[in-house]
Amino acid sequence: MYVVEVVITNKRIARDPEGETIYKDLISKHGYDKVRGVISGKYLEIMVDSESPDDALNYVRDLCRKLRLYNPSVHDVRVRLNAQGCSD
Amino acid sequence: MPKVAVIKFPGTNADLDVVWVLRNVSGLEARSIWYADFNVKGWDAVVIPGGFSYGDWLRAGAIAARSDVISELIKALDNGTPILGICNGFQILTEAGLLPGALLPNESCRFICRWVKVVFTNPRGPWLKLASDGLIVDMPIAHGEGRYYVESTSYQEKISKLPTIKYYGYNPNGSLYDIAGIGSEDGLVVGLMPHPERASEPELTPRKLSCGGRVIWLSIAKSLKEGW
Repeated sequence: MYVVEVVITNKRIARDPEGETIYKDLISKHGYDKVRGVISGKYLEIMVDSESPDDALNYVRDLCRKLRLYNPSVHDVRVRLNAQGCSD
Repeated sequence: MPKVAVIKFPGTNADLDVVWVLRNVSGLEARSIWYADFNVKGWDAVVIPGGFSYGDWLRAGAIAARSDVISELIKALDNGTPILGICNGFQILTEAGLLPGALLPNESCRFICRWVKVVFTNPRGPWLKLASDGLIVDMPIAHGEGRYYVESTSYQEKISKLPTIKYYGYNPNGSLYDIAGIGSEDGLVVGLMPHPERASEPELTPRKLSCGGRVIWLSIAKSLKEGW
């Protein structure tokens, strides 16, 4: 079994009020002036029975698109293997 | 008498309010139908009411938009059946691709509950039959994800010509082009964030504000009886 991570964030053009607020009203306000920006998003871990890592990734990419786990007109999506992997 | 289905998903909470106004303001027959039991046959119009289908998980409307109800609605549209989505219903219709654009979390990142003024532009079709172009009315909004987004090219080419309901004077959530609601080209499908069912009777409307939702319920009543 593989653990595939899906990270969904707003496209820049759709703005990101939550990330902007965390950056402006929390982090910057408390003096962390090396921080240049924050992007908020949604994080999913999807456990997949699969023959190979590539199969698992493609399987999840496909379901993300077909079930619209993200909305392609306003979201960017990153699909990647969990660094820990998982092989029960 | 024409019959209107009001679809209830797990988490929908405004279905009985909509049934009430369809019966008492429109004078139509209406019933709340559990989503899994919905079949398009025998209904003259369909309303997807407000609420929090599937707890707004993933995104508001995203899970309901992948349910079998949507293929039933597409069949309904082929038969020329009018469809209205209110608030969460509007979110479901955009998520399902039956209306253009997307509804993102409010600019303030907060749930907003207040009365707003809206203006109808290019009204047409069964839901907006009685609205005149430029008509300004009052309706309440109550949502956390109502910031309408659409690419500027598709707005200029297409959406500016569609029937729209726009925030007038004050844009509460950062919607692009002040869009509070939108219709398909023929007006058969309409979705809006404000709640017309909460603005249709004087008992529920604050003094000095108009019962702004009535025009929608009176339009559909006339349309279903006389055509549009």
